[in-house]
Amino acid sequence: MISEPIGESRSRRTVTHGARLLAALRLDGPLLVLLAMAAAFGLLVLYSASGGNTGMWSRQVLRLGFAIVAMLVLALVPARFLRMLTPLLYVSGVLLLVAVATLGDIGKGAQRWLDLGIIRFQPSELMKLAVPMMCAWYLHDRPLPARVSESLVVLLIVALPVGLIAEQPDLGTALLVAAAGVLVLLLSGLPWRYVFAGAGIAAAAAPIAWMFMHDYQQRRVLTLLDPQGDPLGAGYHIIQSQIAIGSGGVFGKGWMNGSQAQLEFLPERSTDFIFAVIGEELGLLGQLFLIGLYLGIIGRALFLANECKDTFGRLVAGSIALTFFVYAFVNMGMVTGLLPVVGVPLPLVSYGGTSMVTLLAGFGILMSLRAQRKLVRT
Amino acid sequence: MRRVNVKDLFREQRAFELRAIVAGVIAATLLAIVAGRLIWLQVVRHDYYTDLSQGNRARIEPLPPDRGVIYDRHGRVLAENTPAYQLTITREQVADLEVTLAKLVGFGLLEKEDLPRVRQLLQTRRLFEAVPVRLSLDDEEIGRYAVHRHELPGVDLATRMARFYPYGPVGVHALGYVGTISEDDLKRVDLKDYFGTAAIGKTGLERSYETDLHGSGGFREVLVNAEGRSVETLGGEKPELRIERPVAGRDLEVALDIELQRVAEEAMAGRRGAVIALDPWNGDVLVLASTPTFDPNKFARGISSVEYRALTSDPDQPLYNRALRGTYPPGSTVKPLMALAGLEAGVIRPQDTRLCRGFFQLPNSRHRYRDWKKEGHGTVNMHDAVMASCDVYFYGLAATLGIDRIHESMSRMGFGKPTGIDVEGERGGIMPSTAWKKSAFKKRELQVWFPGETVIVGIGQGYWSATPMQLAHATAVLATRGPHFQPRLVRAVRDPVTRESTPRAPVPLPNVVLKDPDSWQVIVDAMVAVTTGPRGTAVRAARGATYSIAGKTGTAQVYTVGQQEKYDEATVAERLRDHALFVAFAPAEQPRLVVAVLVENGGHGSSAAAPVARAVFDAFLTGPQP
Repeated sequence: MISEPIGESRSRRTVTHGARLLAALRLDGPLLVLLAMAAAFGLLVLYSASGGNTGMWSRQVLRLGFAIVAMLVLALVPARFLRMLTPLLYVSGVLLLVAVATLGDIGKGAQRWLDLGIIRFQPSELMKLAVPMMCAWYLHDRPLPARVSESLVVLLIVALPVGLIAEQPDLGTALLVAAAGVLVLLLSGLPWRYVFAGAGIAAAAAPIAWMFMHDYQQRRVLTLLDPQGDPLGAGYHIIQSQIAIGSGGVFGKGWMNGSQAQLEFLPERSTDFIFAVIGEELGLLGQLFLIGLYLGIIGRALFLANECKDTFGRLVAGSIALTFFVYAFVNMGMVTGLLPVVGVPLPLVSYGGTSMVTLLAGFGILMSLRAQRKLVRT
Repeated sequence: MRRVNVKDLFREQRAFELRAIVAGVIAATLLAIVAGRLIWLQVVRHDYYTDLSQGNRARIEPLPPDRGVIYDRHGRVLAENTPAYQLTITREQVADLEVTLAKLVGFGLLEKEDLPRVRQLLQTRRLFEAVPVRLSLDDEEIGRYAVHRHELPGVDLATRMARFYPYGPVGVHALGYVGTISEDDLKRVDLKDYFGTAAIGKTGLERSYETDLHGSGGFREVLVNAEGRSVETLGGEKPELRIERPVAGRDLEVALDIELQRVAEEAMAGRRGAVIALDPWNGDVLVLASTPTFDPNKFARGISSVEYRALTSDPDQPLYNRALRGTYPPGSTVKPLMALAGLEAGVIRPQDTRLCRGFFQLPNSRHRYRDWKKEGHGTVNMHDAVMASCDVYFYGLAATLGIDRIHESMSRMGFGKPTGIDVEGERGGIMPSTAWKKSAFKKRELQVWFPGETVIVGIGQGYWSATPMQLAHATAVLATRGPHFQPRLVRAVRDPVTRESTPRAPVPLPNVVLKDPDSWQVIVDAMVAVTTGPRGTAVRAARGATYSIAGKTGTAQVYTVGQQEKYDEATVAERLRDHALFVAFAPAEQPRLVVAVLVENGGHGSSAAAPVARAVFDAFLTGPQP
């Protein structure tokens, strides 16, 4: 048609439309794009890591869809409302954890699940969001940096659910929950001397923690130090995943062509050790690509956190951003043999729904929080 | 107040900003460390991990070689490889192991006593492995399995190559047999070559020619996952895998004539003993029989402990190779050789006579050495003495010669040492001498040689002992009148690929050269008289033969019943009887075959042993030629 505007102006108008839509949905474009890229990359890798199992793959797609819905909904919830709900969320989370401890389902040797009839629900996942929110809620209207006594209260808020989760036992989740809570404290401006003192105390307490660890947890730490000590037992995961990554080289053996992964030498290849599959099949480049995406997500999330209007928003958003980093770092560190084997999935890539939903729900909250822009000094 | 207790929102915002930047830098640094680790693994150590991943997925699977086939002198197959059916259980496919085992016992496919062994075996193997629980099933058992197959998930028939001896027990003591490889066996072979081999030669040719027969093992790489299961492809591709084909073992062409062997074994008619038949002109062993026999196929296909115990506890000792390992007093069969020794030493002439009154006495001794013929043979010359087997004549001759001269002469014929036949386990017997006695006894007073001991050596008794193989070997010199060959079973070794045969030349021994070559004829004539002469001891056995036989009977005193064996009247009475012996060659003028026969507790050589030799000669010289 003659009246049709020229292409350039039309595309500009489309961008404007999109920006308006995002604003209306209170979403952040760049973060959304980065998350989408990571999730798509994850689905691609998972297809191969599951050995071309389309059933597994479509279940993961379904979960991703569910997680996206959760993110969109939470992004629309007003930040004020989220803050109001926080204590309720935290208390019910703790109660659920107590319920799990007393009448939970046993799955894979650990008591983590609560059978709600229709779905099996893992209350510890809820705590990944509820704990930092509660910490932020406690601190948000107090003058910051917090006093020592207040900081100790925050630590108590963290320690209660973490203790319950570690008891299940689920060291990975306990670690992530603890990290999310402590990060709030750190971001709130805790004086550096306390930070270092706390780190010192933690280091000193390590031997005591060691005594309380389960045998298998102790073994995992020992195995990290000497994986060849028991190559078919505890060291097997580490050795096999390093072989997978190392044999991948710069360019990898090609998608669906990793001998370690496809021949099932690599244990947990579609869940916790999926990073090794990326290394074997897509090589160093594939892994660096994913690390780059993660770095982008973390950076963008921290930037958005800094944009938040109030202290509650900043602390929660910042914690969510950095917890995502902890996820990624602990998993990649474990798979590459830098850290002991802890059951932490690779964010947005590992097979399994709960962590995916929690992660995207977190980003939903983050986007809701930054929708209220910060004060600008005039 | 130390601090103004008022929220400073801008200050908090700045503090957060600073913390967020620090956190971001730390996060970026840690991710950089991960990236650094990845570069270490994937770039610096890439080759190392590539090798590891290769080793991880390719497993080496053995390819056992085909064992060489053994043919007899006419090309008949004596030992070959045929498929055997074994029963396997794959545990992961069995719902309830105990129910399945009970069913197998119920169908008669497993013995109840075997169950603990089977359970243990299954426990040591992986769940998905098909574990052989029975090594060989007969046709009837296979039928029963087929009928009940649907009730037995996880129980399967698997095929493997097993040794098969088409003639069964015939010739077993020459061929030997193969059996499951034991710890001891592993010490004498190259482990690499036996990686996938199930059986190894245990006795006989199978053992002595193990290296030739076995060949060398190969292998192939198979793709496996971490559970050890083999998989076909890797990411849709078939990667290149190494394969080293096994080299089949070499075939053996042996000197045995399996039909002649059968004739010999049948002629023994269930009695214990041995038969040897040699071609004197090259040492070929045509018959190597030891009776009773047993079926080597039992060993080759996995003998049950019940069957094995039955063989080892049999008082007739079927596993015992009498032909090569049984040492017996040679008895009168050595008289022709003694006569030859006398002629060669110049202590006697053929025409010299001696009066036989039924006993012999050494000078200055009252001890009487009795002749088997109580009333004596009267005046006999050498010819008569051999023909009628006069003991007194040879008592005297031995006393004249003395033990050391006898020893020297008999050693030339192969007594007192193994003949060197190419099968393991042969024994050398004893050819006594004064030196021998010194070394054989510890006590001083026993080391002295007494003249009386020489006297009985003259008729093949006393300390003298020999294997049936040695008897045939020594007799062969009389047949050829000089040339002597080491007995041999393998005539040629054949390459299985090129089908090229490498003959093994006969192994000549030093010729027995006499000062007076006419002496040969004297002895041979006397031996012909044994089968034809008026007083010949083997005339009855040789009657009606269309060829001439030169032979000598023998009867040897028995020591087989030991002190500790149970006294059973019927058995002992039979086992106290003398051993019957017979050595011969035919045709006497142009000998083609030498035969030695031993029948344990057979009584007389003439009645028990000579007819066996006759049967062999008949079959060889006048029977249908293959």
